[in-house]
Amino acid sequence: MNLRMAAAALAFALLPPPPAEAAAEVQAIETPGGIEVWLVEAPEIPMVALELRFGGGASREPAELAGVTRMMAGLLDDGAGDLDAAAFEAAADGLALRFGASAGRDAVSVSARMLTETLDESVELLRLALTEPRFDADAVERARARQISSIRSAGTDPSALASRAWRAALFPEDPYGRPLSGDEATVARIDRAALVAARERALDRGDLAVGIVGDVTPDEAAALIDRLLADLPETRRDPLGPAEFAETRELEIVELDAPQAVARLVQPGIGRDDPDFFAAVVMEHVLGGGGFASRLTQEVRVERGLTYSVSSFLARWDRAAVLGAQVASDNARVAEAIAVIREEWARMRGTGVSEEELDDAKRYLTGAWPLAFDSNAKIASALAGFMSEGLPPDYLVTRNDLVEAVTLEDVNRVAARLLTPERLQVVVVGQPEGLERTDGGAD
Amino acid sequence: MRRLLALAATMVALAVGPAAAEWPVTTFTLDNGLEGVVIEDRRAPVATHMVFYRVGGADEPAGRSGLAHWLEHLMFKDADTAVEGGFSALVAANGGQDNAFTSPDVTAYFQRIASDRLGFVMGLEASRMRDLEVGEAEALTERDVILEERAQRVENDPSGRFGEQRSAAMYLNHPYGQPLIGWRHEIAKLQLADALAFHARHYGPDNAVLVVAGDVDPETVERLALEHYGDIPSIGAVPRERVSEPPHAAPRRVLYEDARVRQPYVMREFLAPTRRTDPERAAALEMLAAVLGDGLNARLQQALTVERELAVATGAWFAGSARDYGEFAVYAAPQPGVSLDEIEAAMDGVLETFLASDGPSAEEMERVKTRWRASWIYSQDSQSTLARRYGHGLAIGMSIEEIEAWPETLQAVTAEDVMEVARAVLRPEASVTGRLQAPEGVEG
Repeated sequence: MNLRMAAAALAFALLPPPPAEAAAEVQAIETPGGIEVWLVEAPEIPMVALELRFGGGASREPAELAGVTRMMAGLLDDGAGDLDAAAFEAAADGLALRFGASAGRDAVSVSARMLTETLDESVELLRLALTEPRFDADAVERARARQISSIRSAGTDPSALASRAWRAALFPEDPYGRPLSGDEATVARIDRAALVAARERALDRGDLAVGIVGDVTPDEAAALIDRLLADLPETRRDPLGPAEFAETRELEIVELDAPQAVARLVQPGIGRDDPDFFAAVVMEHVLGGGGFASRLTQEVRVERGLTYSVSSFLARWDRAAVLGAQVASDNARVAEAIAVIREEWARMRGTGVSEEELDDAKRYLTGAWPLAFDSNAKIASALAGFMSEGLPPDYLVTRNDLVEAVTLEDVNRVAARLLTPERLQVVVVGQPEGLERTDGGAD
Repeated sequence: MRRLLALAATMVALAVGPAAAEWPVTTFTLDNGLEGVVIEDRRAPVATHMVFYRVGGADEPAGRSGLAHWLEHLMFKDADTAVEGGFSALVAANGGQDNAFTSPDVTAYFQRIASDRLGFVMGLEASRMRDLEVGEAEALTERDVILEERAQRVENDPSGRFGEQRSAAMYLNHPYGQPLIGWRHEIAKLQLADALAFHARHYGPDNAVLVVAGDVDPETVERLALEHYGDIPSIGAVPRERVSEPPHAAPRRVLYEDARVRQPYVMREFLAPTRRTDPERAAALEMLAAVLGDGLNARLQQALTVERELAVATGAWFAGSARDYGEFAVYAAPQPGVSLDEIEAAMDGVLETFLASDGPSAEEMERVKTRWRASWIYSQDSQSTLARRYGHGLAIGMSIEEIEAWPETLQAVTAEDVMEVARAVLRPEASVTGRLQAPEGVEG
């Protein structure tokens, strides 16, 4: 009994904030070949994690070949130089080289993990994959079959349908509105020439970010990166302008015979360069980003049992940012879940957050920050991301100060300016009951 | 008593060549029976704190499927942490993250937090180990949440439904055949009293394993564990006794049709031993799965995607980390225009050819061992993977020595071992063959 009260007392007596992170020390180096590299030396494990982010993503692919960047990225490890797909895989296996490339809307990312003892050979194999991928006919056909299969499966997957629907609704005229995988018709059109062109468009040093973490010295890292990337061209790309949002936001229902409906509510978000960016991060955390503690989870899940998962998100790409919420609920109850989310949007805009919520959110956001960087691979990936966003090398350490600096006034100002509960683009996949098309509304 | 178990780098180096750095692992046991494991990974000032209970979905009373998982949810509603947002909000407000998971064999709760706050999360976790108090209304609302979770994970996903039906067909007697989340009609009838009784019977220090990984020293962890968990009384936990499978005498077939299926596939699962029940055979099965189905150079991929363009995807897997039974499986998803009959026949052909042969070549054995070794080394990069490896192993009744012997056991597997286990396990009468497809007439 008394122990129990002691536990409760401990629980409420929040400890002071943790000491400033003695986080990983990031070294910004420039290679002899002129490539900027951010490095963390981590000799504890005999491995190296490398992340390359090339700023030529799917947004730059022709609409009639949508999906080509994704297919190209997937084919980089399917044969290069003299090695066909099987021989390449055998060579990578022999070195314990693990790598994969993935296409995003703004960038193509290459992630590799290599053992220190086979580092040189691994880098050579990786270089081959980036500079001389074969795109053999049989490998291309396998990749095409996989991509078409996944497009078809996505056609009845409620989450995939919901994501596709809100993107198309928000960005009717922009490549951001297209699915990364393309559709069956565009994928059928992709030939070897299109893949070669996609590789040339993407794998270019013109807009490159490099993060490397592991058992290497700065000199070794510089030499490694130069060997790996020297053969790639460096072209200045013309920037694409900001993405245009749709003028009207109407409720969209995608019919699907499934017991549970999946809904998304989205609106324009806030860019990294906005002075209120961190105020918005804190606000969104309180609204629905903070797991169990968030208002959306409390109101939709804990109080009403309407869902297993409800959350909000702030997403940003190079040319647009989005604030949204997602929920899955029984067809009969999803209308109520959506109404509650909309009410929370309005409550946040009207009255903002409390001092206590602000403090809790800051403690969480600053505490969780180092937790996200507990492996070499995650740090390498984060470094490349920071570099590509134009952030400083010490962002890993200084970011928490930016969160700490947010005031109640900042949060409430950004809530009032950003949130548009009456102008949310709502999409629902399923057979929802009690939703009217006028629900989304235009102003 | 604490003992230094291993700076296991030497062991791995002997067995597989390149050395992996491994973090020092130590153990202790408190007087009330709580077993502790400490993994020192000092790379970042964070700690992972996990408590594993030796109880899971397969320990539920008949007719109460889903009880273990519902209780896991209710643990976040303990009255001791009754602030808005409950347990998780307290952890979050201290800059930590937390969650929990239930498996058929274990239930585990974990937090990741700055290492100087380890005592804080121990205090919270100890409080809900000691006793649980949840309001009736809250519990029933959470039952609705679970029904929504079931809808999201199982009913809204044809593969989820398909898997549930296959498992039910696989086990003739053992509770692994019932879904972890529970059958809908049984979840709907679960009562708070059932959950509280389940807690009282299974949640206690002598039925738990504590794992702390991260920037911590073993002395401090043991001292904090004693302070927070040391005076929780033992519950007199007794070793689990579960029913076992009779000999399987008939191949089973499951046909699940769903109009939402756009990519049909066939999956054949065989009942198999586990790492705990038969480590040597489990290791050989791990290698068998890789020879048959891991990567483009594996037998199935070569036959079904390279030599003939029949499959969009094909492969093999071995799930051997459960307590009582494992499963070995092969699967194939056909290209458009290829029927499930055709792809299943082609898959059977690969297995028949393999079983009639002398087994994997030396080159194949080398390939799969190298591939596995790389995964093992890279897994050292993840604190939570390591914490789970130890916590789960201990909670299902393995010893630290058995857990740590795994890399050696794997590297010792020979081609003959692989053939022996293939012939013993790949028996039609111990298998379930499942087909997932759209009903005829639905556009595929």
